[in-house]
Amino acid sequence: MAQLGQPLSDYQRPHQVHFSPYDFNGGTVLAIAGENYALIATDTRLSQGFSIHSRESPKTYSLSENTVLGCCGFHGDVLTLTKTLGARLQIFEKEHNKPMPTPSVAAMLSTILYYRRFFPYYTHNLVAGLDEEGKGCVYSFDPVGSYEREVYRAKGSASAMLQPLLDNQIGGKNQQGYVVQPMPLDRCIAVVKDVFTSAAERDIYTGDNILISVITKDGLKSEKFPLRKD
Amino acid sequence: MSILAYNGAAIMAMKGKNCVAIAADRRFGVQGQTVSMDFDKVFEMGPNLFLGLPGLATDVQTVFQRLKFRLNMYELRENRRIKPKTFMSMVSNLLYERRFGPYFVEPVIAGLDPKTHEPYIASMDLIGCPMETNDFVVSGTCSEQMYGMCESLWEPDLEPDDLFETISQALMNAFDRDAVSGWGAVVYIIEKDKITKKFLKTRQD
Repeated sequence: MAQLGQPLSDYQRPHQVHFSPYDFNGGTVLAIAGENYALIATDTRLSQGFSIHSRESPKTYSLSENTVLGCCGFHGDVLTLTKTLGARLQIFEKEHNKPMPTPSVAAMLSTILYYRRFFPYYTHNLVAGLDEEGKGCVYSFDPVGSYEREVYRAKGSASAMLQPLLDNQIGGKNQQGYVVQPMPLDRCIAVVKDVFTSAAERDIYTGDNILISVITKDGLKSEKFPLRKD
Repeated sequence: MSILAYNGAAIMAMKGKNCVAIAADRRFGVQGQTVSMDFDKVFEMGPNLFLGLPGLATDVQTVFQRLKFRLNMYELRENRRIKPKTFMSMVSNLLYERRFGPYFVEPVIAGLDPKTHEPYIASMDLIGCPMETNDFVVSGTCSEQMYGMCESLWEPDLEPDDLFETISQALMNAFDRDAVSGWGAVVYIIEKDKITKKFLKTRQD
C-alpha cells in the first residue's frame, strides 16, 4: 500500500537490471608439439570462486582421431563451443568422406570465434594434432580468434606460472650454448608433470589430476597423473 | 592500472645451505616507456643484510632513506649489528605507520644472522604484513611467473654456486614474460664471510 506523499511504485525512478552472462571456472591446458607427436595436457578441476564443482572434469576434447582441443575459461561457453565444433566437423566428414586435417580445424575455429567478435565465447583455446606431413602441431587462440602455430603453449588460470618454465626447459631460453632440438616424448611428459605439480602448489583453480593425451600416427593415448587435491 | 605496477620491478630471495641470495631486475620505466636500465632496487643494509624494494620508484628511494636513518639510529643506540628479523620488524613498523596512506612498495629482506649466521628471508605487503618462509619469496609485477619458476627450480640445501644458477634462471625466465620488468638483473649471493655481486646480461625487450 503506497503511503501518502510517496509516489506509487510504478512512478519511481527507473532501476537498472543487471545481467552478467559470463563466469570463470578455472582450469589450465598445455600443449607441446614434438617431431612426430603432439601432446596436450589438462588438469581435471572445475571450480567457481572458492568452491570446487568437480574433480573429474578434464578440459581436453578429442575432435577427431588426430586432433584434440583444449578449452577452458567459462564452462558454459566451453560446452557450447565444443558442441558447435563437433557438429561442423561431422558435416565436413559427411561431405568430404575424411576427417578434417588439424590445420583446417584451427582455421575453422578461428572463424567460429571471430563470428562472436562483439559477444565473445569466454574461452582460452589450444588445438593439438598432426599436420598433413605427420609432424606435431599446436595452435593457440585468443578468445576472439587470433591464432598462431607454436611449439609449446600454456593457457588458462595457471598459464603465467607454466609458460616461463616451458620457455626455459623446452625453448632453451636464457641457456647459453643450448641448441634447441625436438624433445623425446618421455622427457616431454616428465616436464609436463613437473610444471603442473608446481602450478597446483600456488593456483587454487588447478589441481586434482592431470590428463595427458598424446597424439601419434597410431592414434590417441591418454595417461592420468595425480595432483594435490586441496 | 595499479600504482604498484607504474614503474615495474621483479625481486626474489632464496635460502640455500648456509647462504642466501637476493636478485632483482634493473629497469626503471614509466608504464611502457623504459627510462633507464641501471636502477638500484636492492640495497645493502649491513654486512650480511639486504633489502629489495619493488614498487613505485619514488617510494623505493624514500623508504630506503628512511629505513637507513632508523637503522643508523638503532645501531648507534645499541652499539651492535641488527638481526635480520629485527630489521624486518623495523620495515614492517615503518610501513604500518602509513596504514591509511601507504608507501607503494612490497619489500623483500634477505640476510644472515650476525652471530649465528642463520639464513633468513622474508617479504611483506605494502602495509607491512610480514611473511617469513623457509624456501623463497617473490615480489613485483611478475610474481605469478616468479612463483611458477621458483616452485619448479628451487630445492633445499643448495650450495652458493647452485643457488646463484637457480635464482638467476628463475628470475630471468620470469621477467622475460613481463613487459614492465627486466632489462638486465643483479644477483647477490650472501655467505658468512663473502658477498658476491653479479650482473646478468639479459634480452633487452
